Amino acid sequence: MSVVPAEVLPGSAVAQRDRVTVAEGGVRAVAELGARARLWPALAAVYRAQLSRARVARIPLLFVATFQSVGIMVLMRGVVDGGGEARAVVAGSSVLVVAFVALNLLAQYFGQLRASGGLDHYATLPVPPAAVVLGAAAAYASFTVPGTLVTAVVGCVLFQLPLTHLWILAAVIPLAGAALAGLGAALGLLAPRPELATLLGQLGMSAALLLGVLPPDRLPTVVQYARDLLPSTYGVEAFGLTFGADPDWGVVLLDLAVCAGVGVASLAVATWAYRRAAVR
Amino acid sequence: MCAVRDLTKTYPAVRGRRGTPATPEVRATDGVDVDIRRGEIFGLLGPNGAGKTTLVRQLTGLMRPDRGSVEILGHDIVRHPERAARILAYLGQESSALDELTVSLAAETTGRLRGLDVRSARSERDAVLDELGLTALASRPLKKLSGGQRRLACFASALVGARPFLVLDEPTTGMDPVARRAVWGAVDRRRAEHGTTVLLVTHNVIEAETVLDRVAVLDRGRVIACDTPSGLKEQVAGEVRVELVWRERAPLDVPEVAALRDRAVESGRRWALRLAPEEARAAVAAVTGGAAFAALDDFTLATPSLEDVYLALGGSAGNVRGLVKT
Repeated sequence: MSVVPAEVLPGSAVAQRDRVTVAEGGVRAVAELGARARLWPALAAVYRAQLSRARVARIPLLFVATFQSVGIMVLMRGVVDGGGEARAVVAGSSVLVVAFVALNLLAQYFGQLRASGGLDHYATLPVPPAAVVLGAAAAYASFTVPGTLVTAVVGCVLFQLPLTHLWILAAVIPLAGAALAGLGAALGLLAPRPELATLLGQLGMSAALLLGVLPPDRLPTVVQYARDLLPSTYGVEAFGLTFGADPDWGVVLLDLAVCAGVGVASLAVATWAYRRAAVR
Repeated sequence: MCAVRDLTKTYPAVRGRRGTPATPEVRATDGVDVDIRRGEIFGLLGPNGAGKTTLVRQLTGLMRPDRGSVEILGHDIVRHPERAARILAYLGQESSALDELTVSLAAETTGRLRGLDVRSARSERDAVLDELGLTALASRPLKKLSGGQRRLACFASALVGARPFLVLDEPTTGMDPVARRAVWGAVDRRRAEHGTTVLLVTHNVIEAETVLDRVAVLDRGRVIACDTPSGLKEQVAGEVRVELVWRERAPLDVPEVAALRDRAVESGRRWALRLAPEEARAAVAAVTGGAAFAALDDFTLATPSLEDVYLALGGSAGNVRGLVKT
């Protein structure tokens, strides 16, 4: 820690820096840096902290998300009459829970954190940006598990669909969750004001609601293109296919791969957005 | 140990929109030079908007300066802002990242994000919470605590995972005297045992006088003075502070009192004056004898405080009376 000699000398900062780097031998001019948090332990710590926030702040919202989806299915029961449309409604409503929490709530969270200066806390800790973004995204995706399961089971019972392949949710929730949470985090961190982050999150969820829950065959062509652009669509499609008697697993895998790809891309964008937001 | 040279940051002008007036370009720090020595408690003092927080954000790598250099323990923070997090612990003014966590989890998580493994994060957490008297509140979320307790919990988080340099932005805001004492006790222990250096941002002059080794006074982005508190006070040592409190109003019919009025800062029945010692003696003699004494409620004579120094240095053009309310 003996930078003092270098400091007392007059001269420009550049000259000082040279002196510090030149200093060798007995004098250790540059102090050792403190430990850096590694990616996985830091991610685990952020994940755990975020999960614990759910107990304080998120449980009522999770109920809202679930009731909203169940309510939509009850409404749609009068409109659709079994078959492919029923599958689309149940799959769409289940994935809607993921969109509500991972996209909408996470966008709001990061928007508020950024606006209030809360990001400074993370930015002044030696933690990889990816750990903060992935930890929060993983926690929000985890919040969606109970609601999505309840919605899927209630939907299957309502529309008399088989419960056989519900295990596919073990892949759909994390992959659709990654895609939507990445999108939500990116929106929240990029929005210049927290109100805009909230608005974008709400719009994203509304899009997931309209484009995911309504059976695609009844939508106009333009809207169908929009539907193809929304990452949650592929989660809905993959899940919907598994209700069939003999699902085409190749297509299911392909749909899930799209989710995974969008997830990787959007989480990378979110990480970049976090770096940008943290150092202004 | 921390050398700042010619640090300059200008916030661009903002065009006015509906509801928000336009703001001109603001030079938040203007060629700031500061040297902080190892093991000292160095203060940044100044009114709101003086550039204290901007300066701290540039020191902690949160903001890139337009010009200038920051070197902490031999590391160039302008070129490698990410290194700041491995050298210093920062207590900012906002707690929103920790608000919904319990005190215990906030401290533990922060420790883990400073690179501690689970076991050492937990043992350091327990030690720090115990040291600050927070153990009883450990399982309460920060949100549910009072302002001072929440601040203390954030301070605890800043201490888990020791760093040689603590940057504290108004750490004791809202704290009761017990909590304040816990904070300064913890700082002193780290200073004695590890030679920890502290940069303290404050606008509490009284606290500044008692805890700081040296202080830089900032005004409009410039360092207008930098010395020990007593050294700064010597700059106005020729003067004495006289405070007069009148029962109802000043007896202006007494010529000596009327003459003093021009030099007094009036607030209600209270007059504050800075006078040369012999003038002060004459003034006190005038008000404590004769007709003026009947109207006098109380008076004090004191050597100058940091607040007087700040005023004498010409901080923020006249309309700001001082840094703390009297």
